[in-house]
Amino acid sequence: MVDAAGWHATGAALASGERVLVALWAARDDAGARVHLATRRPNGSDLAVIALRAEDGSYPSIGRHHPGAILMERALQDASGLRAEGLPDPRPWLDHERDFAFLPAEGEGLHRIPVGPIHAGTIEPGHFRFTVNGETIVRLEARLGYTHKGTLGLMRGATPDAASRLAGRVSGDSTVAYAWAFARAVEAALGVVVPKRASVLRGVMAELERLANHAGDFGAICNDAGFPLINAHAGALRETILRQAEACFGHRLMMDRIVPGGVAADLAPASAASLLAELPSWRGRFERLVELYGKTASLQDRVVAAGRLAPDLARRLGCGGYVGRAAGQDFDARRDAPYPPYDRHAPDVPALAAGDVDARVRIRIAEIRASVALIGELLGDLPEGGIRASLPENGGEAFGCALVEGFRGDVFAAVRLRGAVVADAFLRDPSWFFWPALEAAIEGNIVADFPLCNKSFNAAYSGCDL
Amino acid sequence: MRRTLFESLHRGTMTEPAPPRDAETAALVAELDRAALRRLGRSLAIRAVDAGSCNGCELEIIALGNVLYDLERFGLKLVASPRHADVLLVTGPMTRNMSAATRLAYEAMPAPKFVVAVGDCGRDGGVFAASPHCLGGTASVLPVTLTIPGCPPTPAALLRGLIGLLG
Repeated sequence: MVDAAGWHATGAALASGERVLVALWAARDDAGARVHLATRRPNGSDLAVIALRAEDGSYPSIGRHHPGAILMERALQDASGLRAEGLPDPRPWLDHERDFAFLPAEGEGLHRIPVGPIHAGTIEPGHFRFTVNGETIVRLEARLGYTHKGTLGLMRGATPDAASRLAGRVSGDSTVAYAWAFARAVEAALGVVVPKRASVLRGVMAELERLANHAGDFGAICNDAGFPLINAHAGALRETILRQAEACFGHRLMMDRIVPGGVAADLAPASAASLLAELPSWRGRFERLVELYGKTASLQDRVVAAGRLAPDLARRLGCGGYVGRAAGQDFDARRDAPYPPYDRHAPDVPALAAGDVDARVRIRIAEIRASVALIGELLGDLPEGGIRASLPENGGEAFGCALVEGFRGDVFAAVRLRGAVVADAFLRDPSWFFWPALEAAIEGNIVADFPLCNKSFNAAYSGCDL
Repeated sequence: MRRTLFESLHRGTMTEPAPPRDAETAALVAELDRAALRRLGRSLAIRAVDAGSCNGCELEIIALGNVLYDLERFGLKLVASPRHADVLLVTGPMTRNMSAATRLAYEAMPAPKFVVAVGDCGRDGGVFAASPHCLGGTASVLPVTLTIPGCPPTPAALLRGLIGLLG
């Protein structure tokens, strides 16, 4: 717990770049409301959480010092009723009942294009308001909150197991990462040591999830550039990976396989052998597509220099994942804030500075190669033994938090347990920092390139709407 | 590129046979209003709407378009506009914030029209059923013709359900 001066000092450290914003959330206890702020050093070390009493239903805005916090403070205002004093943009975010006006953009020849919440393709709902001059985008504003399910509210009072199922449904494409982050937060709170075999199996699941998503998105990005051939092959590869996940762990997306204390599904020796045997063919199929990607001039013409995110802005927003790593932010929680099994098996982490669609694709390509290698390594070092530790009785209150590298970037989870249930929890998707980055990166691109740029960011909707 | 195309031509198709109808799906589709469905012929245009899903269902709906399932060979096609659609394929626990847009999409469809609720959330709100921010299941807002449960339903389950609509 800090006072206002300590709160402001952390805000100033975020503004100066000395620290990076991880999450901002609120909770209530018998003494009233608290606001929590999690930050880390740019190199990934020293994940720290501070808390401030919110007197009279308000707290000093962090977004005032550090724009990357504005969306979270807007969401917090709607979800908890807490007001951020001095918040530069106090418009509602999750609450769609309140009046809302898009930011203005004025000038000769400008017109607006409203898109969504239902989009042309099978994707999540959200509204995009484009202001354009001819073909060129002058301003984009994304308005989300359409998939707001009150997930965090449902977690309050739930058992860790029930809350884990909810955590695994914050963003279905990252169900492994979320379940893992939540489980690690619970385990940190209770001081549980996870069996070694469970940690390695968690790593295998997380890398399969990364592979499946990167493969699918690599195809989809090429498809949005008008090159369906790669999409057809990458879609088949994704399907192969998901079927292997089902064969190994009993669920295509591996939902509810990571649980507080360990994992819920063991890997049979025959399944491990079959997965290991398939890895070279995945790599071979994938390399053909990478070659095609690099050699097709018409495709390169679309992706190079499109949707460029400046490294300085990526730094200021605290972008992680492939968005950050494609724009000079060399951070990966697996390497820089390591947790088992990555403490023994650090991945190769690629980093580029161009910040365009091509750089984001090339980061994904490098991560696919690294994940295939990592799965092989992990399976080669799979210890025998139990797969789940039981959670100890918890008499009082216990707090824990964790950072887990999902396919999209670092997922943060914080949980406070009271007795046998969750008193409150928070889950922060990497996409909180992708959406403002996308709004900035799209400026000056043409409307027809928006789907391509958007897919290269692939920010989650449900992940932020909560 | 030529090498990849050439090899693809020689390897033959990767598409798999249609999944056999199982007892569960047979029961689901037995109740359908065949007379109304017959008016649409042997092809259905489908508009997918995410009414608050976690995106797990979307991933598996998208998978229906990959070369192994190849949805379109059955006369089933995902379309961009509800005005072109015979079927509204709805996922999610029907969040308050998506209920108006989902209703508008349904109203924009020409009759005869059908609603398929997808996933455990589409069935009854799933793990989100108790939330004050969700109305709970597609049927809370629209008349549902067919429900395909699962969290998420596999592409094979989705395909069996949708083929069932064709009779």
